[in-house]
Amino acid sequence: MLLFALRRVAFGLVLFVIVSFTTMFLLSFSFDSIIGSKLGSAANVDSIAAMKADLGLDRSVPVLYAEWFRGVLHGDLGASFFTGEPVTEALPSRLAVTLSVVGPAMIISALIALFLGVLAATRGGWVDKTAQGMMLTGYLVPNLLIAIVLVVVFAVNLGWFPATGFTTFGDDPAEWARSITLPVITMAFGGAASMANQVRGTMIDELRKDYVRTLRTRGVSARAIVVRHALRNSAGPALTVFGLTFITLFGSALFIEQVFALPGFGTYSFNVALQGDFPVLMGLTAFGVGLTIGVNLLIDLANGWLNPKARQY
Amino acid sequence: MSTPTAPVAVPTLALEDEPAEVRRGAFQRLVRDPQAVITGLIILTFVVLGLLANVIPQHGPNEARFEAINLPVGSPDYPLGGDYAGRDILARLLHSINTAMVSGLIGASIALVVGTTLGLVGGYFNRFRTPVEWGATILQTFPGMLLLIVLMPLTGGDFRWTMAIFGFLLTPGIYRIVRNQTVGVSRELYVDAARVSGVTDMRILGRHILSVVRGPVIVATTFLFGSAIGVQSGLAYLGVGSKEIPSFGAMISDGFRNIYIAPGQYIWPAVALGVLNGAFVLFGNALRDTFEGSQPKAEKITATAVADDFEAEKADGTGALLEVRDLGIAYRSPSGELNEVVRGVSLTVRMGETLGLVGESGSGKTQTAFGVLGVLPTEAVVTRGSVVLAGRQILGAPQAELNRLRGSEIAYIPQEPMSNLDPVYTIGSQLVEGIRVSTGLSKAKAKERALELLERVGIPDPQRTFRSYPHEISGGMAQRVLIAGAVAPKPKLLIADEPTTALDVTVQADILDLLRDLQAEMGMGIVLVTHNFGVVADSCTSLAVMQGGEVVETGATVDVFAQPQHPYTSMLLGSILDEDTIRDDSAMVLVADGKDPR
Repeated sequence: MLLFALRRVAFGLVLFVIVSFTTMFLLSFSFDSIIGSKLGSAANVDSIAAMKADLGLDRSVPVLYAEWFRGVLHGDLGASFFTGEPVTEALPSRLAVTLSVVGPAMIISALIALFLGVLAATRGGWVDKTAQGMMLTGYLVPNLLIAIVLVVVFAVNLGWFPATGFTTFGDDPAEWARSITLPVITMAFGGAASMANQVRGTMIDELRKDYVRTLRTRGVSARAIVVRHALRNSAGPALTVFGLTFITLFGSALFIEQVFALPGFGTYSFNVALQGDFPVLMGLTAFGVGLTIGVNLLIDLANGWLNPKARQY
Repeated sequence: MSTPTAPVAVPTLALEDEPAEVRRGAFQRLVRDPQAVITGLIILTFVVLGLLANVIPQHGPNEARFEAINLPVGSPDYPLGGDYAGRDILARLLHSINTAMVSGLIGASIALVVGTTLGLVGGYFNRFRTPVEWGATILQTFPGMLLLIVLMPLTGGDFRWTMAIFGFLLTPGIYRIVRNQTVGVSRELYVDAARVSGVTDMRILGRHILSVVRGPVIVATTFLFGSAIGVQSGLAYLGVGSKEIPSFGAMISDGFRNIYIAPGQYIWPAVALGVLNGAFVLFGNALRDTFEGSQPKAEKITATAVADDFEAEKADGTGALLEVRDLGIAYRSPSGELNEVVRGVSLTVRMGETLGLVGESGSGKTQTAFGVLGVLPTEAVVTRGSVVLAGRQILGAPQAELNRLRGSEIAYIPQEPMSNLDPVYTIGSQLVEGIRVSTGLSKAKAKERALELLERVGIPDPQRTFRSYPHEISGGMAQRVLIAGAVAPKPKLLIADEPTTALDVTVQADILDLLRDLQAEMGMGIVLVTHNFGVVADSCTSLAVMQGGEVVETGATVDVFAQPQHPYTSMLLGSILDEDTIRDDSAMVLVADGKDPR
């Protein structure tokens, strides 16, 4: 199990390097325009070249990357070209806002997905049809539209929730809950739909396996078979789907934040990208890739722990 | 929206399906499916409206006029009114359709071409498998939406570039589908045959493999088309991209900011986006049903369904342990009628007696066994007959009563030992669970009993096996474990479904000996389902021969062997030697290949 974990961590590190290097390589094509926009009206060939040298961007990408990566290892991601704020200080507060929406949305949608998926897989008939209809609706309606409908109905017309804005948990937990309610519902809607369908599928596959029949012939009750055996065996595939959904939710949070004017990762990265603030962009990439790899790693390890066979290697 | 992983993560690939049949009938079936026709027409309408974007409205999409600012719906020249900047909402809406369609086309076609190519190469050529898999994993690690935003300095926000990158990010989904299908097909015999007869790899890929892969890929691409449109709208809503390009997302954003002045403006693009996206998803669903068959039905754990007019016959108490009379089991065909696979089977088993249920595969012997146990698949329907166990009618009995009977009087040994153990629990915990259900013993007592049973069925180190997981023990051991579990409650009737077929020849005799010993000890009646007359001669006191769902001959084993009455029985008996020779040979070859001899 330890060897298995070490291998997964090493694999994750290699992936991190490849993906962040590729992003830097792609961004390197736009160094000139980034500096041009920083210089504004003073931009000309000479001033751009001078500033490039000044910022060290005239070096080759591998050299730049090596320097950046050394910084990552020491917990230093550089500072913004425009505000001078260190990236490691600018990002966490924004990430916290996004995660405080994505986290609850993930938990709620996972619970709904498990409940709906298992119910649909084991009941059949109208329960299954209703559940499937709900899943399809959740999948059919774009997040953006759900967000807008929620804002219009509950914030603008009924005034139950603030339409926009964010209160941190530390300032006022009740206001915090109110400010994230609508974004969380928005995300949970689509997330629950796609996960529930997967849970339903794996549960049905599991319930059709031979060992279920054998358990039935031993007099084991239907409830025990569903909960203790089928659900437990579905946990691996379901976790993988949950991980993918978490990453997807994080992606869709980027523009759902914009609808609700939450000062999170999405709003921030959009502004930074408009300016072409290279160190912050690389920092964002590092966090984004790190999050993806981290979630996948956790899922792998959880799967290894759940599945006795996977523990062997 | 922006859940590209969800639709493509459904590779329920029915490789057994006849690809040729799918190909021939797919289009006709699609045209007859109202969901496909309606959603297809909606998409087509959008395409046509988009093509007429420069014809229908009176103004260009970016033509701003002061007098048109926030014009209401139905104004002259501005059928849908004007927006906050005095632009024609209708013109912007129609041009937005084109933006959406181009986004979908770019995103989906890049994912389609790159993903299919990678999938074919990675699935067909062994030497490329690992690097291609790596590539896909790397692509999957890019933080999708974030990357599209981070790369704005590179793309300049041009939605076409953005969508091209998005297309690459979507490739792993298509790649996985194509690769899995390709790996499956390239192991098929006809592909081997083509390869051996000198057909080039390119031709095999093009002719044989692409035709199988096509259906699922079309379905996935439709979903990706919808995803790309959704993501493009989301990015445009954020403001990624040129202000000059009209798009649903930008229009929603504009209208939304204007909501207190002109509350209706965001509704047009929102409805258009919702309908278009919905049409793609539903069209994709209809395609999937056509190409891959409908989604699996729910699996309800319950007593087997009985036909509407079913009425169990009265138990007539002949004193036999098991009395099956005129049992009928049917499956519903797609068109709704019932096809009987077991037609009026009658069997009798006395205490201490072993009945061999013999027949070729597909003769209905396993279905009969499952019918007696009451564990038929959800789709099965009992049409007629009666099953009386120790004087009690159990056909159509409620689930609770069946559960009680199963824990005490009737037990089952499966054919394939490995798949009949739950892989995630130890052998011990599975045995203990069964023992506690049937006897209500405490955990400690049940463990004691389980260890005794493991020893009794001939497991050399019961303690160790108790702690092992199913994958850590051999097939023969697993079958002994299953026997231990079955006989734990000292059942009166044991139904063994080909208990030795999946085992090594050397182990087969041991297992049969064990069953015989246990029978002598407990006085059980046994129904031994088998295709092997050697096993029958060895272990059965009487036998019933099945053919096409019916019992064609019954009698004491000695009598039937000496004087078979039915021509089918004679034929089966006559083929014993041949059959055994063939089976042994194939078993040898498989063993030599290192495979499971089956």
